[in-house]
Amino acid sequence: MSEKRVLTPDDVRRATTRMAHEIIERNQGLDGVVLIGIQTGGVWLADALGSEIARIEASVPIGSIDASLYRDDIGLRPVSPAAVSEIGFDVDGSTIVLVDDVLFTGRTVRAALDALGDYGRPRAVQLAVMVDRGHRELPIRPDFVGKNLPTSNDEDVSVTSDGVVIS
Amino acid sequence: MSRSLLSITELGAEGVQRILDLADTMAEVNRRPNPKVPALRGKTVCSVFFEDSTRTRLSFETAAKRLSADTMTFAVSQSSLNKGESLRDTIETIAAMGVDAFVIRHKSTGAPWLVDDWTTAAVVNAGDGWHAHPTQGLLDAYTVRTALNRPGGFDGMRVAIVGDIKHSRVARSTTAAFKALGADVTWVAPRTLLPPTVHEHCVDDLDAVLADGVDVLYMLRMQNERMTEALVPNLREYTTRFGLTPARAARLAPQTLVMHPGPINRGVEIAVDLAELPGAVITQQVTNGIAIRMAVLFDCLAANQDPTSDLERPELS
Repeated sequence: MSEKRVLTPDDVRRATTRMAHEIIERNQGLDGVVLIGIQTGGVWLADALGSEIARIEASVPIGSIDASLYRDDIGLRPVSPAAVSEIGFDVDGSTIVLVDDVLFTGRTVRAALDALGDYGRPRAVQLAVMVDRGHRELPIRPDFVGKNLPTSNDEDVSVTSDGVVIS
Repeated sequence: MSRSLLSITELGAEGVQRILDLADTMAEVNRRPNPKVPALRGKTVCSVFFEDSTRTRLSFETAAKRLSADTMTFAVSQSSLNKGESLRDTIETIAAMGVDAFVIRHKSTGAPWLVDDWTTAAVVNAGDGWHAHPTQGLLDAYTVRTALNRPGGFDGMRVAIVGDIKHSRVARSTTAAFKALGADVTWVAPRTLLPPTVHEHCVDDLDAVLADGVDVLYMLRMQNERMTEALVPNLREYTTRFGLTPARAARLAPQTLVMHPGPINRGVEIAVDLAELPGAVITQQVTNGIAIRMAVLFDCLAANQDPTSDLERPELS
């Protein structure tokens, strides 16, 4: 299958900076805001957003969550946790910005929301993604989007700090 | 299609590594205030124990519950086996009730393989005769991996396993798990407590092994219930030659891990207060057992293809 580059490394960097500004603006500052990246694709983006936010205003706690054990397709396809969740702060009462690279069916986010519930009761959860590729199967929408990208179901979207590639 | 765990040999080095990595995730679940995840909702795990067990049975049950599986315990002493029902009929009857995994312990070597042939459910060997106890081997390896922070493998690590090797399925599975990760294993035992054919490096002088230095000292339990012949003159002499006595404990390097599968015969294989052994990780072995059994149950059951479902799912992002 052919590869198509839709975002360059610079595009991804600029989108990250814009999303960092939006996160600060939406929350009227950073009071109680924490970033949690979804393993594995969301972790680098949470780190990148965290550095941008720290550069613009102040640093916020960053964690990661693995939602594999909460998926609804265990047994339907091989599911295996990719990494260990690391949430070294209290999530009770915090405003969590959940971060992932690609938003597709919404099932990963659903699983991550369930997983977060086992760590405590955040005041609010917001969703930041670099690419929203459509085809949602659940009523989930992102709050911060790097790029809306129309795709077909069988395409593959890869997102790294080196850009976004559709194949 | 089910994936079973019958022995370390069949799991292979890659499988050992996979389970230990998965156990890290499960250990994180166990550290939470609410140590429970919905991963195995709707699955049923049935424990069938033909031999006595406290820790293994409870450990498997806890593991299944923390993954939200339903558990059934088959009490052999109150069952129709007493009316003469065969093992095969019993297993098939339970399987017909919709069991996804059997956790089986049996006094005969090979029983879990038979059960695996008779059922489509996953089968986890929780000990068969003198042969294998794979989850013990895995939890021992995991305990060493976390205590010594060796996630990459055990290359160059020196392990001494001391005691009644002959009757010990723990010795066999733990040796296999350590060797799969690259450790050097030495068996320390009197000739009478070794199996007839031995492929491992064997010695009968514990003091010489300790003088050479070991990273892990694994003391086995003297299995009085399996001692039908006079294989050691008496337990006092056994302790003098092969027990962890205060004199030997004093010569251990403080970072040497001391392990024991439990239950301990106090004063026999370990004749020193555990508080005086800074490297003792015996309670960690028990704690890690839950994470390992969660990893094993998840590995067996999450890989299961549900035969009623052939839904085409897109790759989820």
